[in-house]
Amino acid sequence: MELLSPLVPILIIVIKSGVAIFALVTAFAYAVWIERRVMARMQSRIGPNRAGPFGLLQPLADAVKVLLKEEIIPQDAKVPIYLLAPAVSLVPALLSFAVVPIGPEIEILGQKITLYLADLNVGVLYVFALASVGVYGIVLAGWSSGSKYSFLGALRSSAQMLSYELPLGLSVVGALMLAGTLSLVQLVEAQKNAWFILLQPLGFLIFIVSAVAEVNRAPFDLPEAETELVAGYHTEYTSIKWAFFYMAEYINMIVVSSIAVTLFFGGWQGPFFPPAVWYFLKVAAFIFLFIWLRATLPRLRYDRLMQFGWKILLPLSLVNIIATAAIMVWQG
Amino acid sequence: MSGVPLSWYLTLATVLFAIGLYGTLSRKNAVGILMGIELMLNAVNINLIAFWRFITPHLLTGQIFAVFVITVAASEVAIGLALILAIYRQKKTIDIEEIDLLKG
Amino acid sequence: MPPFENLPTDLVLQGIFLLVAGLIVVAAVAVVTLRNIFHSALALILCFSAVAGLYILLEAPFVAAVQVLIYVGAISVLILFAVMLTERVMDPKMGARNEQWWLGLLLTAIAATGLGAIVGFAPWPLSKAPIINDQITALGKEFLTTYVLPFEVASLLLLMALLGAIIIAREKEGG
Repeated sequence: MELLSPLVPILIIVIKSGVAIFALVTAFAYAVWIERRVMARMQSRIGPNRAGPFGLLQPLADAVKVLLKEEIIPQDAKVPIYLLAPAVSLVPALLSFAVVPIGPEIEILGQKITLYLADLNVGVLYVFALASVGVYGIVLAGWSSGSKYSFLGALRSSAQMLSYELPLGLSVVGALMLAGTLSLVQLVEAQKNAWFILLQPLGFLIFIVSAVAEVNRAPFDLPEAETELVAGYHTEYTSIKWAFFYMAEYINMIVVSSIAVTLFFGGWQGPFFPPAVWYFLKVAAFIFLFIWLRATLPRLRYDRLMQFGWKILLPLSLVNIIATAAIMVWQG
Repeated sequence: MSGVPLSWYLTLATVLFAIGLYGTLSRKNAVGILMGIELMLNAVNINLIAFWRFITPHLLTGQIFAVFVITVAASEVAIGLALILAIYRQKKTIDIEEIDLLKG
Repeated sequence: MPPFENLPTDLVLQGIFLLVAGLIVVAAVAVVTLRNIFHSALALILCFSAVAGLYILLEAPFVAAVQVLIYVGAISVLILFAVMLTERVMDPKMGARNEQWWLGLLLTAIAATGLGAIVGFAPWPLSKAPIINDQITALGKEFLTTYVLPFEVASLLLLMALLGAIIIAREKEGG
C-alpha cells in the first residue's frame, strides 16, 4: 500500500475520466430522448413511448439500431480522412468537459476529490481552443466524403463557426474581467455574491446566441439544412460513424450549457440542494432552452446569418467589453 | 528544472526552421510557400519559449514576443491568402512560376 | 511520493519530448514534400498541434492555448479554405517543386549548418531562477505596462490586415 500510494492520484484521475465520459454519453442519450419528447409535446404529437415506461428505454433501442446499421464507405471517399473525421469531431467535445467544475471538493475514503478533472489557469481559453479544433471534424468530413452536399455543408459550417467564434469569445471577456481569472473553478467562486448574468446581461445574450450558432443548432443549423443540403457534412456517413457526429453535437450542447452556467449562472452554487444537483438542474434548463428554440424558430437564410454575426453580434460584444471596462474604472 | 536540456529544443527548432526554409524556397504552389513561412515562424517561437524557460524564467519577455509573433503571423496569413486568391481570380493559377506580371 | 520523484521523471519528460519532436519533424517534412497540397495542409495542422504540446512541456500554458486557438483554429482553417478554393488548378500529379529547388536545398543546408554551429558552440547563460508565479496575471500586466506600445501597434496591425484582406480579396462589383 505504501509503495502504491503515489499511484493513487493517477488512479483517481483515471476513474474520474471514466465516470465523466460515461456520464456524458448517458447525458447525450437522454438529451436526445428529452428532445424528442419535448418537441413532440410542442408539436402536439406523442413522441417515442413504446420502449419501456414513457419510452425511457428508447435511447438503448436507438443505440442498438445504429450499431447494427450497415457500414457504407462511398466510392469517392478519401478513406483514412473519411474515417478519422468523426473522431476529430467527438474527441474535442469530450475533452473540453475536463475543466468544467460540477461541485466543490468532496472527501471519499480520506482522499480529497475535486469534482473536475483539471483546474487550468487558462481554462476558458482551453475550452475555446478545443471548440476551434472541433471545426476540423466537419471540414474534413465534408471534404473527404466526395459528395457535393457534404462539401457545401462543410464550407458553410466552417465559415459559420469561424464567424461566431469571435462574438462567442468576446462575449465572455466582460465576465472574465469582473472575475479577474481564466480558471473556471475560480470563476464559480467569484460569483458567490452575485451571478454574472445580473452584471453582464448583454454579454450573456451574445454568448447564448453565438453558442447556438457554434453548436450548429436550429435556428442556425445551416450546415445540416435538410431541405437544402440533404444532411450537410454528414450526408455520406452511416452507422457508428454517423453516431459519432450526432454525439458530438449533443455533447457540444452540454459543454456549451455548462460553460454558460459556469460563467453566468454561478456554476454549482445555490441554496438547499447539494452543488452537483444545482449544476445538473441549471444545465438541464439550458438544454430545454436549446430544444425550445429548435421547436420555435425557423432557420435563418445564410447571408442573413453571416450579416447578423459580423454586423450585429461582433460590434455589440465590443461595446459590452468597453462598457464593462468603463464601469469598472468608474467604480474603482 | 525540466528534464529536457535546452540544446534539444534549440536543435529541434533549427531542424524545423531548415525544413520551413526548404519548403519556402522549393514550393511551386503559393499556398505551399506560405506554409513554409509558418513553419519557420513556429521554429522561432519554440526558440523564444525555450529561451524564456531556461534563461529568463523570472521575466515574461519570451512569452510576450511569442504572442506578438503569432499575431503578426495571423495578419500575414490573412493578407497572403487574400493576395493569392486575388491572383488566382485574375490569372487562374497560383503556380509561382507562371505569375510573372512584371516581366516585360 | 519521494521514492519516485527523481528517478523516472527526467526520462519520462525526455521520452515525451522525443515523441513530440519526432511528430513535429515528420509532419513538417510532410508539409514541404507532399504533392497533394491538401495533405500538406493537414500535416501542417498536426505540426502546429504538436508544437502546442511542446509549449506545455516548457510550462507555458498560455502560449500553448494561444497556439491552438490561433494557429490550429484560425490560420490552418484559412489555409485549408485557400487550398479548397484553388484546388482544381493545382493538379497533384504535377510536380510540387519549382525549378530552383536544388538551390533552395543548398541554401537550407548552409543555413542549417550555421544555425547548428551557433546552437552547439554558443555559451547559453542558463538560469536556475524559479518560474514566475501566476503567469496569466503577470502577462496581462506586462502587456498593458511595459509592452503597451507594441500591444497597441499589434492591434493596429490586425485591423489593417482585416481591412486589407477584405479589400484585396473582394470581387470587383460590376466588372
